[in-house]
Amino acid sequence: MSESTGLVAGEPTRAGRVRVVLHRLLGAIFVIWATASITFGVQSLLPGDRAELMINAAAGTFTQPTAAELAAVNAKYGFDRPFWEQYLHYIGGVLQGDLGESYQSHRPVAELIAGQIAPTLALTLSALALAWAIAIAVTVFSGGRDGPVARAFGGFQVIKAVAPPYWIGTILLVVFSIHLRWVPVEGGGGLQGLILPSLALAIPLSGFIGQIIRAEFGRVLEQPFVTSARMRGMGNLAVRLRHVLRHAVLPGITLSGWALGSLFSGAAVIETVFARPGIGGLLVTGTATRDIPLVTGIIIASAAAYVIANLIVDLLYPIIDPRLKQS
Amino acid sequence: MTKPADQLSVYPQTLVGDQLLRFLPSADALRTVPATVYAAGVVVAFFLVAAVAPSLLQTHDPFRTDLYATLQSPSLDHFFGTDQSGRDLYSRVVQGTGQSLAIGLGAIGLSIGIALLVGVTAGLAGRRTDAALSRFLDVLLAFPNLFLALLFVAVFGATTTTLIVSVGLGCAPGYARLIRGQFLVVRNSGYVEAARALGHPYGRIVRQHIFPNAMRPLIVMITMGVGQTIVWASSLAFLGLGVAPPSPEWGALLDAGRNYVTVAWWLEVMPGFAIILFALSVTVIGQHLQDRLEGRVNP
Repeated sequence: MSESTGLVAGEPTRAGRVRVVLHRLLGAIFVIWATASITFGVQSLLPGDRAELMINAAAGTFTQPTAAELAAVNAKYGFDRPFWEQYLHYIGGVLQGDLGESYQSHRPVAELIAGQIAPTLALTLSALALAWAIAIAVTVFSGGRDGPVARAFGGFQVIKAVAPPYWIGTILLVVFSIHLRWVPVEGGGGLQGLILPSLALAIPLSGFIGQIIRAEFGRVLEQPFVTSARMRGMGNLAVRLRHVLRHAVLPGITLSGWALGSLFSGAAVIETVFARPGIGGLLVTGTATRDIPLVTGIIIASAAAYVIANLIVDLLYPIIDPRLKQS
Repeated sequence: MTKPADQLSVYPQTLVGDQLLRFLPSADALRTVPATVYAAGVVVAFFLVAAVAPSLLQTHDPFRTDLYATLQSPSLDHFFGTDQSGRDLYSRVVQGTGQSLAIGLGAIGLSIGIALLVGVTAGLAGRRTDAALSRFLDVLLAFPNLFLALLFVAVFGATTTTLIVSVGLGCAPGYARLIRGQFLVVRNSGYVEAARALGHPYGRIVRQHIFPNAMRPLIVMITMGVGQTIVWASSLAFLGLGVAPPSPEWGALLDAGRNYVTVAWWLEVMPGFAIILFALSVTVIGQHLQDRLEGRVNP
């Protein structure tokens, strides 16, 4: 908290900061490389002949292709080349943003993902924002207290830990769309259609974020600067909002980087519940038709999204909490 | 999904017999057990009976169709309503219990098995092995587990075995990290240091001190884990990637009900309710066990 005491010794140099950023970037690339390698490994476990699967997936048949047909596909996709060559080719492609070609539609996977990512991102981000709003509202009013709100929230923690988002989504759909008719069942791409799906994702997540910031909130309430603010005559709510909350949200922000990753996969399920367009539909179709490049492409893209989100959080952290610049 | 390692604290060394006894409550302990834990016990007992002898709890034949009683809402005759073919949903949920629990238990068994292998190696081996394995676990935790499971389904096709393997593998990294943390804490604890100072051979220290103490939270982990894996497997099944529809497995019931959600909410809500009730009950029991192990409740 000593901003202007002339502590120069603890200030990192510019070179030091560059080194930290480089280190994080390398870590991010490592995670993407490892993800691509693992998915490649799983692919190579595929039982049966890949060329045969491809031909059948594209044609929607279950016949035995001729040797000539198989050879053509093998040559085109390099399945006849040695394992290591295929691996290097694949990793090289991934690092350049080439995720291969869909078995089903024969379009580049990256293009398919790019076409569907906007609704999923909108859902993910609005769910995150909503989760934060719920968590902060509940924490400000119940943090550090042991009233009925706090206890109800505690009970809610246990339920959200086991209630899968698809079930919450179904309940919301049944109650608000079918019985109360507040929102249309087929929401489409508009803002109105975003309400229930984001709520279904935000409810479990707000429990997680709430748990973390509530614990910190209670700790910060005991700090001397809170007492001194109260001594200056600041009201309770003002103290909670202006002093305590600022500190309490910090661990929640770290969690958000992680949460984006899990929201992404949650979104895939929720999109199915609400029949929304997005990555989820792509993923489910891809899995059901065994369109392996599509599934692996989505996995790698989501790993990249996760890594980027965490990178942003890491780099933002010293700005939000100036104390971290010292260490 | 799982709690971080530091929330599982370490307990002082006691005799192995003592440790087993602590799981068997004394008469005094039973009086301190909260009512919610008893209720959870009753629920779990109900599902266990349903798994072993479903006919004891069924009110109707779960496979008999009745075209005069299709899509009926829940009533005293049909507790959970009926499906599009007039089959009694409650009896079907009871019928599916065995398969659902088997999937959950299989997945958690596989998961803990892999986690033990990786976690114990990382926790007991040298710093380099530990660093490499931890980095590997970080990567596995980085991408959404559900997607990994989907990749398995895409590669191997949707069967019960694939479901168990993919859920089991998906949960393993989290457990491995927990177990690793547990072994690290126990390995660096005072009593292990004391045993080392006394000149005990390393193998014996591992066997007598590190293993028993590091493994104790495992019972809690398995208890809560069964609930988690069932919820997980049902998510996959909900997406239509689980066991084929004729089977009344819980996830398959959810998948089948999805198309009727606008006209028959119970087809979707009731099987989900069974899943949540079971997962909630094992979580309540698991948390109670954990509290007792950590001495937060005096046994």
